Amino acid sequence: MAALRQIAFYGKGGIGKSTTSQNTLASMAYYFDKNIMIVGCDPKADSTRLILHEKAQNTILQLAAEMGTVEDLELEDALKPGAGIFSPEMPHGWINCTESGGPEPGVGCAGRGVITAINFLEEEGAYEAEGLDFVSYDVLGDVVCGGFAMPIREGKAQEIYIVMSGEMMAMYAANNISKGILKYANTGGVRLAGLICNARMTDFEYDLAWALARDLGTQMIHFVPRNNIVQRAEIRRMTVVEYSPKADQALEYKELARKIINNDMKIIPTPLEMDDLEALIMKYGLDEEADEDNIGKSEAEL
Amino acid sequence: MGPESLEAKQKAAIEEVLKAYPEKAAKNRAKHLGVGGPEDESQKTCGNVRSNKKTVPGVMSQRGCAYAGSKGVVWGPVKDMVHISHGPIGCGQYSRAGRRNYYIGTTGVDTFVTMNFSSDFQEKDIVFGGDKKLAVCLEEIDALFPLNNGITVQSECPIGLIGDDINATSKQYASKTGQTVVPVNCEGFRGVSQSLGHHIANDTVRDYVFDANPKTLGAPIEVTEYDVAIIGDYNIGGDAWSSRILLEEMGLRVVAQWSGDATLKEMVATTKVKLNLLHCYRSMNYISRHMEKEYGIPWIEYNFFGPSQTIKSLRKIAAFFDESIQAKCEEVIAKYQPLVDAVVNKYRPRLEGKTVMLFVGGLRPRHVIGAYEDLGMEVIGTGYEFAHDDDYKRTKDEIFRSTVIYDDVNEYELEAFVKALQPDLVASGIKEKYVFQKMGLPYRQMHSWDYSGPYHGYDGFAIFAQDMDLAINSPVWAHTKAPWDKEGEA
Repeated sequence: MAALRQIAFYGKGGIGKSTTSQNTLASMAYYFDKNIMIVGCDPKADSTRLILHEKAQNTILQLAAEMGTVEDLELEDALKPGAGIFSPEMPHGWINCTESGGPEPGVGCAGRGVITAINFLEEEGAYEAEGLDFVSYDVLGDVVCGGFAMPIREGKAQEIYIVMSGEMMAMYAANNISKGILKYANTGGVRLAGLICNARMTDFEYDLAWALARDLGTQMIHFVPRNNIVQRAEIRRMTVVEYSPKADQALEYKELARKIINNDMKIIPTPLEMDDLEALIMKYGLDEEADEDNIGKSEAEL
Repeated sequence: MGPESLEAKQKAAIEEVLKAYPEKAAKNRAKHLGVGGPEDESQKTCGNVRSNKKTVPGVMSQRGCAYAGSKGVVWGPVKDMVHISHGPIGCGQYSRAGRRNYYIGTTGVDTFVTMNFSSDFQEKDIVFGGDKKLAVCLEEIDALFPLNNGITVQSECPIGLIGDDINATSKQYASKTGQTVVPVNCEGFRGVSQSLGHHIANDTVRDYVFDANPKTLGAPIEVTEYDVAIIGDYNIGGDAWSSRILLEEMGLRVVAQWSGDATLKEMVATTKVKLNLLHCYRSMNYISRHMEKEYGIPWIEYNFFGPSQTIKSLRKIAAFFDESIQAKCEEVIAKYQPLVDAVVNKYRPRLEGKTVMLFVGGLRPRHVIGAYEDLGMEVIGTGYEFAHDDDYKRTKDEIFRSTVIYDDVNEYELEAFVKALQPDLVASGIKEKYVFQKMGLPYRQMHSWDYSGPYHGYDGFAIFAQDMDLAINSPVWAHTKAPWDKEGEA
């Protein structure tokens, strides 16, 4: 058996991390027979909805709170096999799903929740499951505190994929996440494995994503085009792979899955300074729009 | 030994102590160590020491935290209120009943000082927030202890980290029940020492006792011309009681004691007194200043350690009132003079010329100097755990010749100073006690009087003198020898 690979998806909030990660992981299971555990690290607990065909009902932290302490919790209560084609009974690879869960917005400490949940999975042997090839962490928005950096600490995810787009804020976030990776890279061995551009079809998007990847020292592992079939599948609580395995978009995810499985480019990122990042955007993107003289001027003024 | 050579010796001791540090730490600590003299006008503080700054990382500081300042000092002794240590169990349990704040009442029925109330945070309370648990705690307290007159919520560190809104929960419960509920944001990581906790707690008295307590304020309070309040006496071993009787004997009416043996009602009543008598300046000057500004109540500092200072303070207090009080004050002083004479006659010959090194918190590093002097002893070194500049300024008035001043002294420094200055007695806090006892040195714990007290007032002086004599002249010291000394013999 090949060694277990632990990967994580990071990226700006709302960029489509959960959708992209679930579609990609589904492809890895369906087309390449990989067995996967998804660890959702977001209090919203929506990282496994498309695989389970429902929102995860029992999160680790919610169960732990009901039982009093996390020590009273059993792994099988918190780990759910995927529905449909991702069930262990079906041919091809299977996907197991678990969600850390966490507090409602505005109270408590979601970061501590992620730490608690991952420690629980480790202690309960979730990583030692028979035939497990990949563990994937889906982490909310930005690395806002130590808790959300938990998946990239020593012994956890070694490969980080940053989901981004050609929008400025998504690129800022990708750069910030690279800083977080850099912090842990030397002590813990975590590496940046690539940017996944989840295209918004903004101007010069491909060039921008490609250039940012280059400057970070990594690759743009795949440029996922925009396609409404993703939304059509999502409304049925399904991945594209399961909804329409022959569709063009399914083949895009298949290609991304293949690249991740064969990825041998894992690097310590070289995050950009703010000025360099803005210069990059000017150079590859909106060079006319972002002229120094035009800063702070409205469209009418130009 | 003349004072000049003494000062030189003291300065040399400081130089020696600093040698052990790396450059950066030495530079920092040098500012906190000095030799103070009573007449050195050039000194901004005393010994020109800097204070109220962050402790050097890596040293064993004797300081406490903001939670200790609020729960342990200011709020904790208020006896008819329940004080919840909000957070994990340790802070509440390890600070429980350690300070010997005496009080009258039936513990668990109408008074609660020595009990530990904790919301006992678990992992899930950190993750999901503890506000709901706090609401349950408040309800349970009222159900189990219906005679409590109010509740304070003392924040431990995690509350601030996860951003629990204890103010909202407290407000909600208070408005539902009409109960006084005081949220205190005294997370331990705030500030550089317990001193900030005192300030935060003082501010909550202002906001939740004075400003927002219609229920308690509603009852009319009888007032007289001679109403005073004792501020900053925590009744350690009964200190406030042995102070209070003197004030009462001279015709004053003590309306409140803050906060040793205090009740919420008497704290509210303090806004009507004629004069506030402030003992521990450091921990309660804030609320005294507020009462002066808001209610026009003047305040004066006093010192009831040792007869010389006690007499001075009694006269200072009496001077604020009419001649009848002043006459009675002289009667009180005359009445206790035979006791003072008896104590001094008995103990002074046994203690004359002995030297003391002090390291305590609050007011004692300067206030007890007079009491030792009354017994013929000299304080050769003193320092505060958490003082500010104004405390050191006041210290200058209490010393009569050059004295080593050490601010926020750590375990290493104190030990080194003791070795260099060789006092006959070390008098400091709980943490240092065994270090010096194991060195074979007489030691008195001046944080909570080593299970003794009271030390305030005339009665307290008799006990103080006896305790110092017991420590210094105990025959036990002739029989102990440290292991390394024994080895040397062999």
